[in-house]
Amino acid sequence: MKLTFSDEAEAFRQKIASWLAENLGGEFAELRGRGGPGDEHSLVSERKAWEARLHAGGWTGIGWPKNEGGQGASLEQQVIFHEEYARAGGPGRMGHIGETLVGPTLIAFGSEAQKRRFLPGILQGLVFWCQGYSEPNAGSDLANVKTRATFHAERNEWTLSGQKVWTSLAHESQYCFVLARTDPTSVGHKGLGFFLVNLQQAGVVVRPIEQLTGTCEFNEVFFDEAVCADADRVGAVDGGWQVAMGLLGFERGASTLGQQMLFKNELADIIRHAKRNGAARDPMLRQRIADAEIGLRIMRANSLRMLSGSSDGSLQKEAMIYKLYWATWHRNLGKLAMDVLGAESEIVEQAPYGLSRLQAMYLFSRADTIYGGTNQIQRNIIAERALGMPREPRG
Amino acid sequence: MIRDTAASFLAEVSSPAAVRAAMVRAEGHDQQAWQRICDEMVWQALHIPESYGGMGLGYVELIALLEQMGRFLFCSPFYATVCLGANALLVAGTESQKTTYLPKIVAGSTATLAYTGSNGGWGADSIELIVAPHNGGVVLNGKCRYVPDGASAEILVVAARSKGSHGMSGVSLFVLPQETAGLTRSWLPTMDQTRRQAELVFDNVQLDSDAIMCEPGAAWPLLEKIIDLATVAIVADQVGCAQQSLDMTVSYVLQRVQFGRVIGSYQAVKHKCADMMVKAESARSALYYAACIAAEALVDGELGADLASAASAAKACGSDACFFNTGTAIQLHGGVGFTAEYDVQLYFKRAKSSETFLGDSAYHRERLAQRLLDEGAGDEINL
Ligand SMILES: Cc1cc2nc3c(=O)[nH]c(=O)nc-3n(C[C@H](O)[C@H](O)[C@H](O)COP(=O)(O)OP(=O)(O)OC[C@H]3O[C@@H](n4cnc5c(N)ncnc54)[C@H](O)[C@@H]3O)c2cc1C
Repeated sequence: MKLTFSDEAEAFRQKIASWLAENLGGEFAELRGRGGPGDEHSLVSERKAWEARLHAGGWTGIGWPKNEGGQGASLEQQVIFHEEYARAGGPGRMGHIGETLVGPTLIAFGSEAQKRRFLPGILQGLVFWCQGYSEPNAGSDLANVKTRATFHAERNEWTLSGQKVWTSLAHESQYCFVLARTDPTSVGHKGLGFFLVNLQQAGVVVRPIEQLTGTCEFNEVFFDEAVCADADRVGAVDGGWQVAMGLLGFERGASTLGQQMLFKNELADIIRHAKRNGAARDPMLRQRIADAEIGLRIMRANSLRMLSGSSDGSLQKEAMIYKLYWATWHRNLGKLAMDVLGAESEIVEQAPYGLSRLQAMYLFSRADTIYGGTNQIQRNIIAERALGMPREPRG
Repeated sequence: MIRDTAASFLAEVSSPAAVRAAMVRAEGHDQQAWQRICDEMVWQALHIPESYGGMGLGYVELIALLEQMGRFLFCSPFYATVCLGANALLVAGTESQKTTYLPKIVAGSTATLAYTGSNGGWGADSIELIVAPHNGGVVLNGKCRYVPDGASAEILVVAARSKGSHGMSGVSLFVLPQETAGLTRSWLPTMDQTRRQAELVFDNVQLDSDAIMCEPGAAWPLLEKIIDLATVAIVADQVGCAQQSLDMTVSYVLQRVQFGRVIGSYQAVKHKCADMMVKAESARSALYYAACIAAEALVDGELGADLASAASAAKACGSDACFFNTGTAIQLHGGVGFTAEYDVQLYFKRAKSSETFLGDSAYHRERLAQRLLDEGAGDEINL
């Protein structure tokens, strides 16, 4: 396990750190520390403008290959980018889904024409994307997707009908990648297609859903004969599942270390409150604060292990435990924050329901163990894929 | 590499039958196996610098070895000799003590460290043995308890404090051979029979000045470093135990059938196994990080400054993981897990002695909390 970065990498760190220091000011100063988990509904147009600024500085698509318009940055450099970005209080990335999910998926599975059509908009921070996987009856059991895609040979296009749900930031996105059934007689993961659907059309209705935080970050998305050109289908007509799974594989990666920097800032915040209000003298809270620090150290060591291990992106054991570990840790941190604040934890910053950062973190952290594969599903995955135990029976 | 060599050698000398045979011997280990380690494997010399006759490898390799020893419940004076005795000499010995004793360890002499008194704590306050000046040397009076392999170790490093001193002040370290007049050693029978502990009673034990290790009365910072290095090492044993308990459990639940299915197909069982893997892997991550830091600390590198925190983080999480995994192993084995015949109980007992030794998880979390929350702690979290 390597504990330090190369000199070359440290020089790269200097470069991104000073660019951020220069650019995350002026019109963008208010974005510092905003738009992260629990705050993703905030300052949306400002954060979109920030994406374009990032592009102007050459800081979008840094992990993409050079010949696809990216920077071809090494894994080490990407880690440093994310660390410095979080350290500087860089705002939650509006372009996150496009850059980390859609881009790599098109680079791996897309046609040349699709890459030419969609990658530039993502890189320039002009086109925003959302993820249309979950449906009312397809959550953990994603293969149960029922949204129908029907091909019209004469127009060489598809029409989609059905409903997606929990679609984060759909109301702020132009495009959605949609998993839909191309073969109406199929069941399970066979007979699914993967479509890049323009949301700005008559056949699409996006309805925000209020979350327990009182704000709206996710939506229901209704498709009623929504149109999608055949050229905007990725992979084989019945090969959408492979594309969808490939995409999920891109969800982990270099950004995890950046996420830890956010976590670290939150814990530092909690420690400041504990010292101020005397919670730091409570023996039980001392144990829990130390435990949170230990968890943070474990996540960091775990990432260093991932980085020192295979760089070909193959999933290792320490990677498999990661989602379950961080989600549970963060949910506990939310509870710890409230317990440290004591009576004051109840009082919101602003009537009627303007939550403080830590309150929003506490509430939003309940979602961490649900999205991206619930804790129970993570345990199934670990047991089945890492430990070789029997698969769950299916109904 | 070293991991695979260690695993295949230990599979032979530390088979379940060999462990059970060693457990009932007075000294708690098989002398022949220890001799083979010293002669064939030369593991006792692994991290001792070449200038003292050692192999000059690092702490990371040592940790890989210890992890396998935990996995195979290895009964041996290795930990006490290398992770307590040799480390103490390396960190606090004078040059002449190092040249006297380290080559002896390389040649197969056993060693240990004694510092805790009857109070059974693990910090500076736990030192109860009293030292006083005497004829240009010193005289020791009092007791040390819970000393690993304390009744058989040939070289002893002991901590004592000056009368009336408290906490970190007044602490000194000494190195002495086992045959020292006034010293009485006796085994303390233990619940975990794969390890031996002893009580050392000092009745007017007189030592020459050349037994004094570092600056008299100011030894605590060095002793703390020795303890932290030993702490990282015991976590390796915990990780090995935690992993082996998981492996044994998975293989058991995949062959045991109830209600017409292997019990490993029930989700309640699968999820417990998944949790065991999370515990083992996260403790391993904390351990590997701490091992890198320990390697740095041994050469006084800059990153070594994080040793105390890294060791406490690893011990807290290693203790929890090892207890959880060995306890869950018994649960998922059902009735057979409660028998003397099945090995899971041996891991469960070893887990408890590893957890207690050098401080349990609550002790180490509190130690971290002091660094994070108390007077002098900055607002920055050091990561
Ligand atoms: C804040 C947030 C943002 C989201 N954003 C998106 C998005 O942008 N795009 C998108 O497509 N989706 C999104 N989701 C949806 C998310 O992926 C699903 O909520 C998740 O997969 C769980 O599905 P479900 O809600 O239908 O719950 P269910 O699958 O019905 O699960 C309910 C409970 O049953 C348990 N359970 C289910 N199956 C099993 C099993 N086999 N074994 C044991 N326990 C089981 C679950 O663990 C859970 O506790 C988001 C969700 C949240 C909370």
